[in-house]
Amino acid sequence: MRRLVALLALILALPLAVPVLGQDSLPPAPYAYQQLADPALEAKAQDLMITLRCLKCQSQSIADSDAPMAGDMRHQVRTRIAAGEEPEAVRAWLVSRYGDYVSYKPHLSSSTWPLFAIPVIVVLVAGFAIARRMRARK
Amino acid sequence: MIPEIGLAALWLAAALAALQLLGGLLGAGENGHPLAGVVRPAAVLQAGLCGLSFLCLLYVFALTDLSVLLVANNSHSMKPLIFKLAGAWGNHEGSMLLWVTVMALAGGAIALIERRLPERTMLATLGAQAFVGLGFYAFLLLSSNPFERLVPVPPEGNGLNPLLQDIGLAFHPPTLYVGYVGLSVAFSFAVGALLTRSVTPEFARVMRPWVLGAWIFLTIGITAGSYWAYYELGWGGWWFWDPVENASLMPWLAATALLHSASVLAARDALRTWTIMLGVVAFSMSMVGTFLVRSGILTSVHAFAVDPERGSFILALLAINIGGALAVFATRASTVSEGERFSPMSREGALVVNNVMLSAILGIVLLGTLYPLLTEAFDVKVSVGPPYFDPVGAIFFYPMLAVLVIGPLLRWRKDSFARVKWPVLIAAALGLAVLVAAALLSDISLLALLGLALSVAVAVSSFVPLRGRSLRRLPIAVWGMCIGHFGLAVALFGMSADSAFQQERLIASNVGDVVNIGPWQARLDAVKPAAGPNWVAMEAEMKVSYQGGEWRDARPQARHFWTPPQETSEVALITRWNGQLYVAIGNQTQDGRWQLRLWWKPFVTWIWYGGLLIALGGSLALVGRVAGDLRRRSAKGKLAERREEQEASA
Repeated sequence: MRRLVALLALILALPLAVPVLGQDSLPPAPYAYQQLADPALEAKAQDLMITLRCLKCQSQSIADSDAPMAGDMRHQVRTRIAAGEEPEAVRAWLVSRYGDYVSYKPHLSSSTWPLFAIPVIVVLVAGFAIARRMRARK
Repeated sequence: MIPEIGLAALWLAAALAALQLLGGLLGAGENGHPLAGVVRPAAVLQAGLCGLSFLCLLYVFALTDLSVLLVANNSHSMKPLIFKLAGAWGNHEGSMLLWVTVMALAGGAIALIERRLPERTMLATLGAQAFVGLGFYAFLLLSSNPFERLVPVPPEGNGLNPLLQDIGLAFHPPTLYVGYVGLSVAFSFAVGALLTRSVTPEFARVMRPWVLGAWIFLTIGITAGSYWAYYELGWGGWWFWDPVENASLMPWLAATALLHSASVLAARDALRTWTIMLGVVAFSMSMVGTFLVRSGILTSVHAFAVDPERGSFILALLAINIGGALAVFATRASTVSEGERFSPMSREGALVVNNVMLSAILGIVLLGTLYPLLTEAFDVKVSVGPPYFDPVGAIFFYPMLAVLVIGPLLRWRKDSFARVKWPVLIAAALGLAVLVAAALLSDISLLALLGLALSVAVAVSSFVPLRGRSLRRLPIAVWGMCIGHFGLAVALFGMSADSAFQQERLIASNVGDVVNIGPWQARLDAVKPAAGPNWVAMEAEMKVSYQGGEWRDARPQARHFWTPPQETSEVALITRWNGQLYVAIGNQTQDGRWQLRLWWKPFVTWIWYGGLLIALGGSLALVGRVAGDLRRRSAKGKLAERREEQEASA
């Protein structure tokens, strides 16, 4: 009975699914869900993909997302890495296309320097305070 | 009628909180005040009323009373009962009601049982608790009424996010909330002690069980949340440095630091102002977390700016509470004397390192979480993710672990390295051996390598404090410490091993194909439809075998929910002691094959076992402390009785 209900629901859902299928057939992205044959290249692509943000999700990298856009980006990354591009070149291309937002890997720039400066300042201040306190005790 | 009872109870509770605040403020003064007598009864009654209100909410959700707006928006009559109940707190209004209920219950509990501190300090503490509570009552009653009615009554509800229809997640938010709100007690104790200038070891002993309790719940909540993300999101990740995750991690970091500094204050009367400061910071982090999750600011700063009512309210509460506490701190901290001194090479010294490092990690998580929100306000979008948090956090986490190898072995006040040389050297040598072996065996990242080495060193050294002591007469709290530290090592080992040795296989498979991944073989036998009460799915029937051994079933599903419509992935997890095989099924390709995703994740389960061990260690410490307090109390009682008898006979 449950099976029947499921089948019925699937059949009813089919018309809804058609536009989705239509979309799928536009640009084929075989590498969205398929690894590169060469394990070294795949590892390279994987290391890059976990540092790229899925723009359609909340806080997931393109390596852990079901979103179609993440799939397209995985395909892009894998084909470019397979074609011999360096990971950083692929990242730069994606950043030029989608902005800094797409890259989780922090790099020093006019908009990110406080991320690095503040911890350094805090460590210096804390170190100074502790050192002074310790000296005061002796 | 029931929703109206719930709402009325809530209003009454708010009025009692106002009375409690007034009585606390007047009573905490030098000369006392007759109104002080109402403070404790008001707190207890308030707990009862909030409990009643929450029961009313559970009741309308259990019956799916669609005339209540919240039920209509978040529930559905076809849902299983347990998820109907979970729906009560799986939304903004309900979760805020849960928040004030837990807070009122905690306040009622301290009012009922806590009699060790000077009464003035207790009145100030309960007053502070009522002050914080009042803000949240106002928020609930003025802008998030959970009992609002809906006319006309709709024929059916909107359902609950399918991702949330999971037994683990049903209990995840309440667990975290108990932790978040439990820290409000530490906050109130800190403010109370500051206001009445009684920052004493006794204060730390009274506060400590509450911090421990909250911390245990936070630990379990974070562990469970991580496991949920792992099996529900379908891609094998278990921590994303997502702002919502960070929101629960930050109070945990602060509470961990507070726990350790409170033990210094309790045992040695040192670190007085610092402990007070951490008490304030810990609950502030709970409120920051609530703000992040509840204001909608995470989806978009601009969306928040468009509809800022709720967010602004929490932000105002945040500013009033934190600002008020810091103002009290600034005016009173100088009147708290520094406390006992100690040499850097001592238990206290090691615990100071622990506190500094935990605070630094907390600062980094806070910075990394808020920074993208700040820049977005200026229309610059940046992403801060694992490549920032992992290495920058490790800069502080790993040295802290190195100190953890030696810290628990040191004596209070002053010690020498020579005394603890051998166990430390042995632990270090073992860690080093693991480091070299792992580095030679395979090409793994520095962070994972150091993580493996440190986890081994900490695991070994965590039980050294038991050496040379009678195991039967050892205080339970010491067992708790050892097991908690061991759990941290186990969790770190799991994290490092997973990141170092995990293998991934993405493949489009025909029925009958065999896939190899690491030591596993997996065979796809069939793909069939399946159905549940509110979903349909495609289910893969697979057989998997570890190193050619027996074939076990694996049945991953791709589920489709219809109220509201959403796709989810139900993964199949095949667990062994040394790791998990993780199997997910995706879509069908155009040539009729099925997309399969498989991961072999060595030792990944140790992450959560480690988390549970940490919570177990905390629970043992809690039992040990409370039992010790009870013994002391009964001894004191007997002493007083004997004295009375002597006086009577004299």
